[in-house]
Amino acid sequence: MKRPRVLAIASRGGHWTQLRRLRNAFDGCDVTWASTDPGFAAEVAPQRFVCVPEATRWDRIKLVWSLLRVGFLVASLRPHCIVSTGAAPGFFALRIGKIFGARTLWIDSIANAETLSLSGAKASRFATLTLTQWPELGPALESAPSQTGNDNGKKTVYHAGAVL
Amino acid sequence: MIFVTVGSQLPFDRLIAPVAAWARARGRSDIFFQHCGSAVDLSGFEHTAMLTPDEAARMFDRASVVVSHVGMGTILGCLERGLPMVLLPRTAAQRETRNDHQSATARRLLDRDDILIAWEESQLETLLDSAIIKATTRANSGERSVRISSHASPRLLTAVRNFVWDGVPPQNS
Repeated sequence: MKRPRVLAIASRGGHWTQLRRLRNAFDGCDVTWASTDPGFAAEVAPQRFVCVPEATRWDRIKLVWSLLRVGFLVASLRPHCIVSTGAAPGFFALRIGKIFGARTLWIDSIANAETLSLSGAKASRFATLTLTQWPELGPALESAPSQTGNDNGKKTVYHAGAVL
Repeated sequence: MIFVTVGSQLPFDRLIAPVAAWARARGRSDIFFQHCGSAVDLSGFEHTAMLTPDEAARMFDRASVVVSHVGMGTILGCLERGLPMVLLPRTAAQRETRNDHQSATARRLLDRDDILIAWEESQLETLLDSAIIKATTRANSGERSVRISSHASPRLLTAVRNFVWDGVPPQNS
């Protein structure tokens, strides 16, 4: 397989910290990082970094603005694969990426120890694969993700370890 | 130095006020507050509403104790540096977050040596004193604190790598 083009996207704070802990998983890939604080660019240099607007469901205008900017990013980058640890901008990226045929991975934040986050539950309906970081919230991912992904009409949320 | 941080979404004066009162009572000025726009009087202390990622990283590097909400950014930042922390979960009932996930996370992190959870504000004073003692003892004895790796678990890394390469990651990558 040729070098995958990956979009790794998460909001600032804990979501971004968790995404950064996955950096070794992207070795050998053409990765673009995206988050909601321009200050993160230095952390990932010389890899590409794109700043996108944050969104919360309480602010409709910001939500639409974030959706548009993330949509533009996905449409221009055309990643083979999108990975997000949350929250709203990552959700948008997965949703739009799906339209463009990207394989999509949602890793629910480790901060959701008792129930999946709202965005995680929504993402699990269409994401290629959804992972929880707590074994209590999902069965162990045994086989290769491409064989167990939600594309097979399943909505299972799997567990495959944690960022910690 | 004590670093107090409440994240970037909402102020958290239920934490800031008692910590500032504690610092005044103990005569400590080696404390920095990142408060996201607090209404508490912080005169006499260094403080700011927000920090850039770079400034925040430098605060974590300088701190000997961190005081915060139960936010994963803070917790991972402390665990990676082996810093003792005092954490007060935000609650939905007091409109500090949307739900009580911070309490759920706190219950699962209780067994970690460096994490002290205050379930209510009244416990902060005692826990702050304990955290200071912990940090001082460590500094004096030259004992190395336990630090977690700066990477996710090998199992999760493998799962993500497999996913990214669609089940067939290249050898020796």
